Amino acid sequence: MKLKIPATRSPRPRRVLGEFTSADLMLAGVDALRRAGYEKLETYAPFDVPGLDERLGLRRSRIGWLVLAGGIIGMILGYGIQWWANVHNYPLNSGGRPVHAVPAFVFPTFEATIIFSGFAAFFGLFAWLRLPRLWAPIDEISGFSRASIDRFWIAVGAISTTEDGDRASAILRDAGALHTVGPADA
Amino acid sequence: MTEATGDAGGLGMPMRDRVIAASDRAAKDATERAALDEYPVLVGAGNNAELTDQILTPIWTSSSVWWPLFIISALLTVLFIYAMGVTFVRGIGSWGNNIPVAWAWGITDFVWWIGIGHAGTFISAFLILLNQRWRGSINRFAESMTLFALVNASLFPLLHLGRPWFFYWLLPYPSTMGVWPNFKSSLPWDVAAVSTYFTISLLFWYMGLVPDLAAARDRAPGITRRRIYGIFALGWRGSSTEWRHYRVAYVLLAGLATPLVISVHSVVSLDFAITQLPGWHSTIFPPYFVAGAIYSGLATVMMLLLPIRKVFHLESIITKAHLSNLAKLMLVTGLMLAYSYFCELFVALYSGDPFEYYTNLIARPLGPYAVIYWFMLFANVVTPQIFWWKKMRTSTVPLFAASLLIFVGMWCERFVIIVGSLNRDFLPSSWHYYAPTWVDMSLLAGSLGLFCLLFLAFLRWVPMVALSEVKKLRYDVAHDPDRVGTELSA
Repeated sequence: MKLKIPATRSPRPRRVLGEFTSADLMLAGVDALRRAGYEKLETYAPFDVPGLDERLGLRRSRIGWLVLAGGIIGMILGYGIQWWANVHNYPLNSGGRPVHAVPAFVFPTFEATIIFSGFAAFFGLFAWLRLPRLWAPIDEISGFSRASIDRFWIAVGAISTTEDGDRASAILRDAGALHTVGPADA
Repeated sequence: MTEATGDAGGLGMPMRDRVIAASDRAAKDATERAALDEYPVLVGAGNNAELTDQILTPIWTSSSVWWPLFIISALLTVLFIYAMGVTFVRGIGSWGNNIPVAWAWGITDFVWWIGIGHAGTFISAFLILLNQRWRGSINRFAESMTLFALVNASLFPLLHLGRPWFFYWLLPYPSTMGVWPNFKSSLPWDVAAVSTYFTISLLFWYMGLVPDLAAARDRAPGITRRRIYGIFALGWRGSSTEWRHYRVAYVLLAGLATPLVISVHSVVSLDFAITQLPGWHSTIFPPYFVAGAIYSGLATVMMLLLPIRKVFHLESIITKAHLSNLAKLMLVTGLMLAYSYFCELFVALYSGDPFEYYTNLIARPLGPYAVIYWFMLFANVVTPQIFWWKKMRTSTVPLFAASLLIFVGMWCERFVIIVGSLNRDFLPSSWHYYAPTWVDMSLLAGSLGLFCLLFLAFLRWVPMVALSEVKKLRYDVAHDPDRVGTELSA
């Protein structure tokens, strides 16, 4: 399928892609590209390749802070609802126990903390990754769909000249890429 | 480098001897490791493309075994719905419950099902935090089992409400009646615990599924299935950005699910422990219930795993290592449970409380439900002892038979705790013999049917093994066999 690119679109840096047959070859490719000075790299792999982040020079994801925030909100809400309901709005003498029964409120507070953290982790992750995104230009590259099965792809970004693209393609091929694509708008 | 050239200096040992000693040590290490590692975690499971096709084939093609099983399960589910209808229309009076046995099969089924669910979370969340990478091959089954067990578990307390259509009164919402749930009661704790548990299990299951749904999308025959799986895969492409955030979010979700394994059945046990009833009023209940929960769930995982492994030829992915590890876990949790039984009896004897003594040492072992009590002890305490033998941990028939016994034995345990305590409480004049009605039995049989129905649907439409995790396991095995385990090439 041929890409239809609107004529009004402003020119932007494109990407060169290479397909590899194994994770180790892909990692070697990443190393070679970074040694050559390419920093805008993205890889595509069917599983979470160990050590990839370090090779790409990426730090640990900070999504944990989002989850922490979710947990704190959940904890406050969980306790707050119980306090509002049982202490403030509708105090009920149940077996002569104190109206503000902290130990009894612990369990729902805990559960609210967990569920809000869980929501933050789940919905936060997909929002962070801007998913769902059912179609992307990269999907049009022939054979790219194997990135979820058994192939490993490297996309070299910020390619603005033909020479730059040729150089990146050469590095990818030297590292063992089956073939390279681009420069493309993928 | 003086050491490499001859004498080893300070150690006073010639280089040649040191090399020999080192190689001896290495050889000894290897044999010890072989003895410990017992079985490889993968057995020549083909390359990643073959692996993907092997796991995805069952969702593209129907099998001849599937339909008969599906129809039987569907019929049982119809029975379940009918029995629920009877309960709705005629009320709890259609069950065998009567004062003092106000809780009986309904709550037994609830506690049993929710306990079964625990093994899934244990396998997927607990073991991921402990870096037990072999779990990757079986976590999808276990998590699915958790979800479907929880569907059943959550139905029973709702049915037991008397007026189930007002179930939402349990939730803290600003109602026009101006009343709120009483959070000092254990019932709202249950609502919070079970709903949280179900939600987190579902999110965890789905998050783990996304990369595999992407694989299904990309291998789907035909545009319709490609679109359906494509929608559920949310556009996952396995980019380094995606994996980077995904990994952390997934482990965090596992970390959040882990305390749930401990807390949910602890909260359930508090439904009993915070009452005054002899046989219930006990501080050992939370850990006792948690151990029993994981135990029964592991037995259920095993019962599901063995036939599936056979039917779908998954011996290369679910190896003897998995069976053996699960059996060991069953042995450990079984011993914990046996210890809890012992403690319960000992405390009843030692406390000097005549009611505790009577319930635990006379009413249960010698009373009207003595047969169930002794069967429970046999099934839950004696059965797992066969797993001390390596051969028993890897042979299909003993594994299945033992798991089935434990599966039934754990239901009996819940029955003994609930009915065995209620039917003979403080006042002998109010003692009452409980017998279930056909509605009770239909609800139990029907819930088993619904469980099987959901599980069969899962096998038919969802990738049954976590593909991305097995691919990673293969990679880890190739790069770090010492820590992960080995692969036996075919």
